[in-house]
Amino acid sequence: MGGTVSANHDKANLLEVRGLTKIFGTLTACDHVDLNIAGGEIHALLGENGAGKSTLVKMLFGSLEPNSGEIFWDGQAVQITNPGVAKKLGIGMVFQHFSLFEALTAAENIALSLNDGSPISTIAAKARALSYSYGLPLDPESLVGDLSVGERQRIEIIRCLLQTPQLIILDEPTSVLTPQEADKLFETLERLRAEGKSILYISHRLEEVKRICDRATVLRHGKVVGHCNPRQETASSLARMMVGNEVKPVVRAPAEGIETAPALLEIRGLTRKPATPFAIPLKNINLRVRAGEVIGIAGVAGNGQGEFFESVSGEVLQQDAGSVRIRGKDAGGLSITGRRLMGAAFVPEERLGHGAAPRMKLSENLLLSRHATDGKSFVGSGGMVKNASVYSAAQRIITAMDVRKSAPDPEAAALSGGNLQKFIVGRELDRKPSVMVVNQPTWGVDAGAAAHIRQALIELARSGSAVLVISQDLDELFELTDAIAVMHNGELSAPLPIAEATFEKIGLLMGGAEPGHAEHTLETA
Amino acid sequence: MMRLELVKRPQRSALFSVLSPFIAFALTMIAGAVLFALLGVNPLEAFNIYFIQPVSEVWQLHELAIKAAPLILIAVGLSVCYRANIWNIGAEGQFILGGIFGSIIPVLFPQFEGPLVLPLMLLLGMVGGALYAAIPALLKTRFSTNEILTSLMLVYVAQLFLDWLVRGPWRDPQGHGFPQTIQFGDSAVLPELMPDAGRANWGFVFALVAAVAIWLMMSRMLKGFEVRVMGSSPRAGRFAGFGFSKMVFFTFLLSGALAGLAGISEVSGAIGQLQPVISPGYGFTAIIVAFLGRLNPLGIVAAGLVLALTYLGGEAVQSALGISDKVARVFQGMLLFFVLGCDTLIHYRIRLIGLAAPKLEAAPKLEEAR
Repeated sequence: MGGTVSANHDKANLLEVRGLTKIFGTLTACDHVDLNIAGGEIHALLGENGAGKSTLVKMLFGSLEPNSGEIFWDGQAVQITNPGVAKKLGIGMVFQHFSLFEALTAAENIALSLNDGSPISTIAAKARALSYSYGLPLDPESLVGDLSVGERQRIEIIRCLLQTPQLIILDEPTSVLTPQEADKLFETLERLRAEGKSILYISHRLEEVKRICDRATVLRHGKVVGHCNPRQETASSLARMMVGNEVKPVVRAPAEGIETAPALLEIRGLTRKPATPFAIPLKNINLRVRAGEVIGIAGVAGNGQGEFFESVSGEVLQQDAGSVRIRGKDAGGLSITGRRLMGAAFVPEERLGHGAAPRMKLSENLLLSRHATDGKSFVGSGGMVKNASVYSAAQRIITAMDVRKSAPDPEAAALSGGNLQKFIVGRELDRKPSVMVVNQPTWGVDAGAAAHIRQALIELARSGSAVLVISQDLDELFELTDAIAVMHNGELSAPLPIAEATFEKIGLLMGGAEPGHAEHTLETA
Repeated sequence: MMRLELVKRPQRSALFSVLSPFIAFALTMIAGAVLFALLGVNPLEAFNIYFIQPVSEVWQLHELAIKAAPLILIAVGLSVCYRANIWNIGAEGQFILGGIFGSIIPVLFPQFEGPLVLPLMLLLGMVGGALYAAIPALLKTRFSTNEILTSLMLVYVAQLFLDWLVRGPWRDPQGHGFPQTIQFGDSAVLPELMPDAGRANWGFVFALVAAVAIWLMMSRMLKGFEVRVMGSSPRAGRFAGFGFSKMVFFTFLLSGALAGLAGISEVSGAIGQLQPVISPGYGFTAIIVAFLGRLNPLGIVAAGLVLALTYLGGEAVQSALGISDKVARVFQGMLLFFVLGCDTLIHYRIRLIGLAAPKLEAAPKLEEAR
């Protein structure tokens, strides 16, 4: 069916994609994908992680070459062989992971990508004018390193708009924004639409897709499973299309007697100077996690969460031993191994290269975090590793967490992100730690696996452990936690019990408002 | 038009990790044949003299073992460094310092004799090599200096220090002004294994024992796991609770001690005294040995024998054909060059692309199934 060249493609479509296919080895990342984008519409591309959204977009932007299929631009068949061609056609892209030089100013970063030899001052003036006209105020002279993530995204958007594209591709743009910043972005997108520009909006957040998108194309396992009007769908019907079946909801049993339970993890006046010029200093952080409860830390990425995790885990030691206390004892001067031996367990944000060594087998990755705590069962006399018992423990975790894999003991890098995350979380749960600190527990994990991980964390807490979850995903924190604190610019707010917390309150705190002065700060912001 | 393209394999190819050294060896042979032909020598005859004749008699195999022993000892230590992604290039200097430290007893206290002398010398040799290797380790951990540069530059310091010693304070007063120390006493000489058959000494046994011990450590022990983690994903290593500075010192001290042991074994076994030059570049050639042996201690034993043969062959073509023995260096260099080149095949496969062959791309390759 993909073989016939059809001449009846619709002239009204700005972009038309027919049977686009991309194969990586044995994986068909995009399988005969069809997509039509009309002029002046916001078109959503929906799908779970690994559904093929990024692959499709990379082909549209010329960073990947399709194996087969056709692309029509304004009714003309085109071959987008590199991003330069895409830009010339009028396709602009704002990537999920920014490509900005922190040590340069916003204007210099823009000049680098324009590469047309015009002086920086001209570019800065243009960028400033454009940014204000679209309601995305930006100071082109400021150093990128000093800017928030939301402001950095503005640079990317302005940079894209300066090339006057007809089609703008946005890859997960709100994943780094506060709810208020996201609202601003939506206004800009609507203004662009009113000017007749088309937007391809990639997201897995269904509410915002319902809110701003005119049409949606849903991908699952590389195939288009449907086109729809998101406004006529419900979030759950969209989710069903994305996932393919219903996701079991997470159940959070009420926490009883928490007020009197002992604090298993205490952070008292934790302060840390920035280790690099662009790191966030931590300022007098206080937090207490009691046995039986799940505390969440919300915040826009890059507000000190990484620095905080390193300090709590012991990858970085504290001057003041009392600033981190585990099960009532000072742990600030102890290494990560020392803190693990006190009963704490940690799951970092990055899976490959931090939580797991990519080129090592799962059983070896089990040894990675548990060689000391399970020294007796995993390491024999003379430092010999007991491979058999490590292997069987790894298999136990694989079964318990339903880790799907292609070989009995594959390399970590061979697993999908969600399955590796299940293993990494399971590796720590298997120890039944009394303190568990998790950074971004379900980042990039599909809905089914995410529900599994969240449920497991709640059950760990209810069985008497203290669980601290750092996450950028507010939905996740509301589902998972008993109270939410917000980290902003290296400071941590007091935790808000989940019964009192709303998206708006948390969002204001994420934007830097003081608790209690929310309205006032909103006006000045 | 055709073009070559390197395509990343989804997983490293087990087949090519084994084949790569052999392909490299074959390519070296071809390049070597061209080299000999350009020099006006029949390549087959030259290969016979270079690679076959030097190992055709038992006493010659002993010579091979003498040359292979230091190469293996040093390379086994270096392999641990390189697996940890730490680059000790200064084994030559650590070898020399091992030779000097080990010679303290026979040179300064020649009247001290007995069964204790040799073990003490070997121990001092290891201490000397390890201490010398500790300098770049200290500089790296304290001041973040690049260990490649510091360890390499310390080689020249060691060479000049040895030169000064044997011309100055340690010179044999009865040596007619020759720059060398006194001959070592009997109890300071590393015994030969089979004196009736050839000159090979206990150094070769040390090399084999070290290779097996390091292999055990790297494949079975927590310490080896630590080395591999730190080398492949340092951040995961820190998460595991392994210290980076500790790892730098561990690998440098270990490789330095083994290089030092090789140094004193060479001085006490093969030479019998200190001279201005005690190594034909063993410390550098061992880098090739380590890579040719896939950084695997058992592979290094085989690679050490191959590289030892290039030394013997170089001497043989010099005496038989009048070609400079520098040709040995050329062979070693080509071998390293081709080994590193062929290692690309482990992570990539080569694909010939005709400009009109998109169908070829659409068919998924089945070899990934491995």
